[in-house]
Amino acid sequence: MSQPRNYQTEAIIIKKTKLGEADRILTLYTPHMGKIQAVAKGVRRPKSKMAGHLELLTHSLVSMARGRNLATVTGSQTINSFLPLKTDLARSACALYVTELVDQFTPEHTEDTPLFQLLLASLERLCQDNNKDLVLRYFELQLLNKAGYRPQLQECTACHRPLEPVSNFFSAGAGGMLCPGCREQQSFAYPISVNALKVLRLLQNSDYATASRLRMTALLAAEVEDIVRGYLKYLLEREVKSAAWLDSLRQQLRRDNPSSSQGGTAPAPQGTAQT
Amino acid sequence: MSQNTIATAGAVARLIQEFNRLPGIGPKSAQRITYYLLRANSEQAQQLAEAILSLKQQIKLCTVCFNVTDADLCTVCRNDQRDRSKICIVEQPQDILAIEHTGVYHGLYHVLHGAISPTEGIGTGDIRIRELMARLQGSPVTEVILATNTNLEGEQTALYLSGLITPLGIRVTRLARGLPFGTELEYADDMTLTRAFEGRQQLD
Repeated sequence: MSQPRNYQTEAIIIKKTKLGEADRILTLYTPHMGKIQAVAKGVRRPKSKMAGHLELLTHSLVSMARGRNLATVTGSQTINSFLPLKTDLARSACALYVTELVDQFTPEHTEDTPLFQLLLASLERLCQDNNKDLVLRYFELQLLNKAGYRPQLQECTACHRPLEPVSNFFSAGAGGMLCPGCREQQSFAYPISVNALKVLRLLQNSDYATASRLRMTALLAAEVEDIVRGYLKYLLEREVKSAAWLDSLRQQLRRDNPSSSQGGTAPAPQGTAQT
Repeated sequence: MSQNTIATAGAVARLIQEFNRLPGIGPKSAQRITYYLLRANSEQAQQLAEAILSLKQQIKLCTVCFNVTDADLCTVCRNDQRDRSKICIVEQPQDILAIEHTGVYHGLYHVLHGAISPTEGIGTGDIRIRELMARLQGSPVTEVILATNTNLEGEQTALYLSGLITPLGIRVTRLARGLPFGTELEYADDMTLTRAFEGRQQLD
């Protein structure tokens, strides 16, 4: 590695594990080094000068010293502490889900500046936007684009013909859509409505400003969520742990006020509205 | 352990390995302790072994607050002098020691044994929340003090608990989060400073 002995980088703290008595190993996502791990010494002591700047879900300027194995954090200064994420249970649950996905989908030491930008923008959106589920769906589809798992949504993955506007099928194993004629080729293919496919395409291809105008019924939002979650689970070959927490929070919310629509998505008359 | 075991090296290696598994003890410390015990008189080794065994055999969790105890109820829950209208929620038994050391709190405790941590898969069912809610039902408690850690997991747990407990008509408070004693302001982070400003107090 040609890195200097001491260096400084922007980073978002996406994971932390305890080490020894007062230290932590942090997983940081940086714009130019991708995902890296570093030891933060003494941050579990109450008088640590760095601890508050190195909490999960914080965007910080971090100074590090290269070590034999892991780098050591020598200093840090908060750029954005995303306060709304830390004082709102639902928002922080969403943010943890986002960071867990980034951690799961990225290898270490691989620069991916656009992904860093996406992560940063998604956390900022989760601070402000009330449509948290849409922020998550947009993030998921964009993450898949950047991680190299972009699902094929334009044509049938088997016969390569464009899809007809009928109920088609999504197969995680095929990495995208199957037309009704080809669905038998994969044992696990789930039917997907025309509107859900439209939503997925929009999330995959447009910028957030366009996507954020999307309005979905609770039913459609749930369908889209199920498909994307299923695909992510298939790719990771495991459950996304923080998704369970997200679900249990939502269930509780629904139990507390049954009248509110699920997932916070504003109800619209029918299917996707014009965007 | 019998003196005439042929595989002495094996017994030494085994003890080193066991010590090595303890928190904060690396391979070198494990070796040092093992060879110390080898030279020490057997009485000392006996005492250590018995202390470890009795720890596992006699210590259990308090049936009310889940603090560690050697009886059904812990010393705090057994004490008539404690204020039974207050329950202080902590993440681990060690936190009780820290609070007791200050001597400012005279109420009861409840140990959660963890904090909600979605990324580690620790949800509400994995810590002692259900037991807390059952304990609060029909109890004379008027105030619940949330003393979970001031990191993200502790904050989440506190937010979640306040959502559950407030509807019961019980006053829910959170320990003040501000500047720790003996630190310098310039190194404080945004969250701490924000809290410190929100919780500022008049000097009389």
